[in-house]
Amino acid sequence: MDYAIQQIVNALAFGSEYALLALGLALVFSIMGLVNFAHGEIIAVAGYSVFFAVALGLQSVLGAVTIAIVMGIVTALVFERVAFRPVRYAPTTTGLLTAFGVSIVVQNMLTLFVSPKARAVPVLGPLNQTFFIGPYAVSSLQLLELAVTIVAIVALVLFLNRSLLGLAIRAAARDFSTVRLMGVKANRVIATGFALSGFLAGVVSVFILARRGSVEPDFGSAPVIKAFVACVLGGFGSLAGAAVGGMVLGFLDVAILVALPQKFGGLRDALTYFLVGVVLFWRPQGLLGRTVELGDKEV
Amino acid sequence: MLVVENLVVRYGPITAVRGVSIEVGAGETVALLGPNGAGKTSIVSAVIGLVPSTGRVSFDGRDVSNLSPEERVRAAMTVVPEGRRVFANLTVAENLRLGGFVRRRERDQDGERDRYLAMFPVLRERLDQLAGTLSGGEQQMLAIARAMMSKPRLLILDEPSLGLAPRIVARIFEHIVELKKSGITIVLVEQNMMQALAVADRAYVLSTGTIRHAGPAAELRADPRLADLAIGGH
Ligand SMILES: Nc1ncnc2c1ncn2[C@@H]1O[C@H](COP(=O)(O)OP(=O)(O)OP(=O)(O)O)[C@@H](O)[C@H]1O
Ligand SMILES: [Mg+2]
Repeated sequence: MDYAIQQIVNALAFGSEYALLALGLALVFSIMGLVNFAHGEIIAVAGYSVFFAVALGLQSVLGAVTIAIVMGIVTALVFERVAFRPVRYAPTTTGLLTAFGVSIVVQNMLTLFVSPKARAVPVLGPLNQTFFIGPYAVSSLQLLELAVTIVAIVALVLFLNRSLLGLAIRAAARDFSTVRLMGVKANRVIATGFALSGFLAGVVSVFILARRGSVEPDFGSAPVIKAFVACVLGGFGSLAGAAVGGMVLGFLDVAILVALPQKFGGLRDALTYFLVGVVLFWRPQGLLGRTVELGDKEV
Repeated sequence: MLVVENLVVRYGPITAVRGVSIEVGAGETVALLGPNGAGKTSIVSAVIGLVPSTGRVSFDGRDVSNLSPEERVRAAMTVVPEGRRVFANLTVAENLRLGGFVRRRERDQDGERDRYLAMFPVLRERLDQLAGTLSGGEQQMLAIARAMMSKPRLLILDEPSLGLAPRIVARIFEHIVELKKSGITIVLVEQNMMQALAVADRAYVLSTGTIRHAGPAAELRADPRLADLAIGGH
């Protein structure tokens, strides 16, 4: 029984992280049709910023969290301005290649100028403690992940549904040029979308740092592959789909880990992706995706 | 109020608009007529800045040729786009809110909204309904109300009758007359020549990207050559 509860908490925590990651990708994709594979490097830059701050003497948890989130937002905005804006109206593949380019450049810079190896960042350790609720051992980080994810999703939904800029973002996801006819600056909508995705990346970077206690150059890129799968699973471009896809992926991961004998643990990802493939065979548009014809989105 | 000089719009090898000049005085309603592919939508898009063009567009004596669409809307020009383009995934109320984006810091948003809800009572009954679930006629009314929320001084309507039943088209045109009476300057793009000429003061008739005829609406209505152009002849 405890074991089951333990694993469910595990799955919820994994799922939360995937959901936050996937939402970051889905936000940018829904607005400008860009699969931002450099999302992982936003997470990495946020993580490395904390690493540098610690090297300069930072010790407070709150300070580290603030730095990660602020740097996530700033990095996302810089990527948009420097790399993605120039190719905004170029074909989709150009955007995709640009994202890969940014990802590779940033990873190599981190390897070259910092270190190819993992560097310790212990500052967020206090977030990750084990305590007992009755007989159950619970990780504070896992509960935090779940709680923060719920809060972040609620805040995002409120923003997108209530604020004028949020409405513009939702409208732009379907029909960008008509949003401009309302007098909304295209740059503003896109920058807001990137800032939100950078915020989510910053939050994820805090979680990963707290769990691992170290940064390394592929700090963000490995999780983003999972997030991409979560998006595809949920239905690309759908925000609700990204959240649901992330959660489902978290549960699949944990279920497979539990079901597989220890020595096959390495097959986890392969099996997860296989199951995702099966789901997509049954629902090619993803769990919550709409079937769209080419050309449905007016540009 | 609106002066378009020698406008040229190219899409790669295709020249959709070949040196068109148009003038619209304050308070006038001017029709832009022509068959499919004549270049009407291209002119509208260039006037609001959504497609690149050469030539000059000035509004209120100011050269707006180099302004973005957003800046032109803030300068009080607005377009009701071809095919209505309501935000299908947003409610009627949300569509209207976005329509008022450029006036978001002003107090009187509600007053403006009430005015157009009074004009289009069907919208009032459907404020919380998703715009994508409205009928074609209702969507057209929403598109017009949404555009008017920005308090424009120039309203450009691109084929408001497109795909609507004659009875609904008549209703839409009544509303256009109503708007015209309120003093706003209107550019009415239509294939539906006779109906547009009944509303307009003056008209330009285009085909293959060039103006073929221009003159007072009453004169054009009596012109037998129009019948040819209406079906796409030269
Ligand atoms: N984005 C585009 N790319 C390439 N060609 C285009 C584009 N938009 C319009 N055209 C071409 O430009 C010409 C004029 O089109 P436009 O849409 O301006 O005509 P229209 O008068 O509005 O026609 P309709 O009454 O059918 O709406 C057409 O030959 C069309 O094929
Ligand atoms: Mg047209």
